[in-house]
Amino acid sequence: MGEILKVDDIHVYYGSIHAVKGVSFEVNEGEVVTLIGANGAGKSTILNTVSGLLHPKTGSVVFEGRDLKGVAPHKIVEYGLAQVPEGRHIFQQMSVEENLQMGAYTQLNATVEPGIADVYERFPRLAERRRQIAGTLSGGEQQMLAMGRALMSRPKLLMLDEPSMGLAPILVEQIFDIIRELHSAGTTILLVEQNAQAALSVADRAYVLETGRISLTGTGAELMASDAVRKAYLGG
Amino acid sequence: MEFLSYLISGISLGSVYAIIALGYTMVYGIAKMLNFAHGDVIMVGGYISFCAMFYLHLPNVVAVLLAVVVCTLLGIFIERLAYKPLRNAPSLAVLITAIGVSYFLQNSALLIWKAAARSYTPVVTGTASLLDGRLSVSYISLLTIVACVVIMLSLTLFVSKSKMGKAMRACSEDKAAAQLMGINVNATISATFAIGSALAAIAGVLLCSFNTSLMPTTGSMPGIKAFTAAVFGGIGSIPGAFLGGLLLGIIEALAKAYVSTTLANAIVFAVLIVVLLVKPAGLLGRSVPEKV
Repeated sequence: MGEILKVDDIHVYYGSIHAVKGVSFEVNEGEVVTLIGANGAGKSTILNTVSGLLHPKTGSVVFEGRDLKGVAPHKIVEYGLAQVPEGRHIFQQMSVEENLQMGAYTQLNATVEPGIADVYERFPRLAERRRQIAGTLSGGEQQMLAMGRALMSRPKLLMLDEPSMGLAPILVEQIFDIIRELHSAGTTILLVEQNAQAALSVADRAYVLETGRISLTGTGAELMASDAVRKAYLGG
Repeated sequence: MEFLSYLISGISLGSVYAIIALGYTMVYGIAKMLNFAHGDVIMVGGYISFCAMFYLHLPNVVAVLLAVVVCTLLGIFIERLAYKPLRNAPSLAVLITAIGVSYFLQNSALLIWKAAARSYTPVVTGTASLLDGRLSVSYISLLTIVACVVIMLSLTLFVSKSKMGKAMRACSEDKAAAQLMGINVNATISATFAIGSALAAIAGVLLCSFNTSLMPTTGSMPGIKAFTAAVFGGIGSIPGAFLGGLLLGIIEALAKAYVSTTLANAIVFAVLIVVLLVKPAGLLGRSVPEKV
């Protein structure tokens, strides 16, 4: 299992606010790794830094042996990194199918149709709504669309930012089932979640973030059993 | 018959406004900025085609193509130099810069081509006689109307079907998400400016052919009118710009014919105010509620 992503001691600032204070972690091929932590711990900031939307002041992000320093976000997508952003950010005024086509923007034209067929197979609900304007989908469907759209670029690493946010419990379960399916199909996933219970249950390894620093690390099962994690994130 | 001929002249004037408004609306839709220098790119298009025909004695078609090429490059150049560094700046800074670019272009034209009005030979001359000679319509009017419809339809098709067009819509909605799809947002905005400026060149040639004259301020008033037309139809909307341009031209022509030449502009803007009071997003604009 080779290392696919290596984040080394990154510091990220919003203006004068020091949001991420020296975070290091790595993701190996085929793993599901999760970053958990409270609101404002810096989880999304880390993902946005990996995808190039934010730039670390110091430290490095290396993807498949390539330093991503100064690489534009659209180039990073070409390298094989896809992010499902927090709040989904689907293109509300475009149809479901057009959203998927946008996900395949970096792909060769010939691979787009088979890719869409794959996504429809995984998310039959999206197939039913292919011509519908994406803004009219329900929250759960929008999350599926956001995930399907990210899969369209056939990423080597899929980053999911709060996929369960704002969804009913039954839908959260569905989304995590999909994550398990993707995992068993061999997709490498970096998952950021506030729902620590669900995240730890799917993760091979986990990192706990507290105010911009990693406070704990271990396998999903280890952290689930840890007192500190149970008290802070799992309701005792 | 008199009414019909006023109506046709209104439609052809409106077609010029519509072509300019399409450029305004494309740039606004994707870059979310009002490019007030757009009207002056029209003027540059006019001068380039004028010089090509008058000094270089190039065939008219070649002159028009040359104007399109020069304006396209000018549009890309302006965006790169003046607007791109302000991508994350407050919109007021961008607006003021656009006004600055507008003055820069006008004054450069003043320096190069001097203030005196040049007389512009229409690229197409002659008049068609319709309805047993009771109605005469100039070929340039017909050409303008046809050009406008063709441009509107091809833009609509481009934006809804092509990969680049879809990327433009994606950038228009959400630039960060577009980047996460692998879309090069800067290149997409450049392409939008290129298209808008190419349209401005065509509008410039048609406008000068109507007015048969050309000076450094030729583009300002039509630029403002076309901006009005874009807002009137719903800024950001391609069919809106088309409809807004046509209506504006028709209202202006009929007001000139039946009310007063001097009051025509006042009437045009009064109609705009009434429309915006009733439909703040414009005729075909989507009213997007502010996200909280």
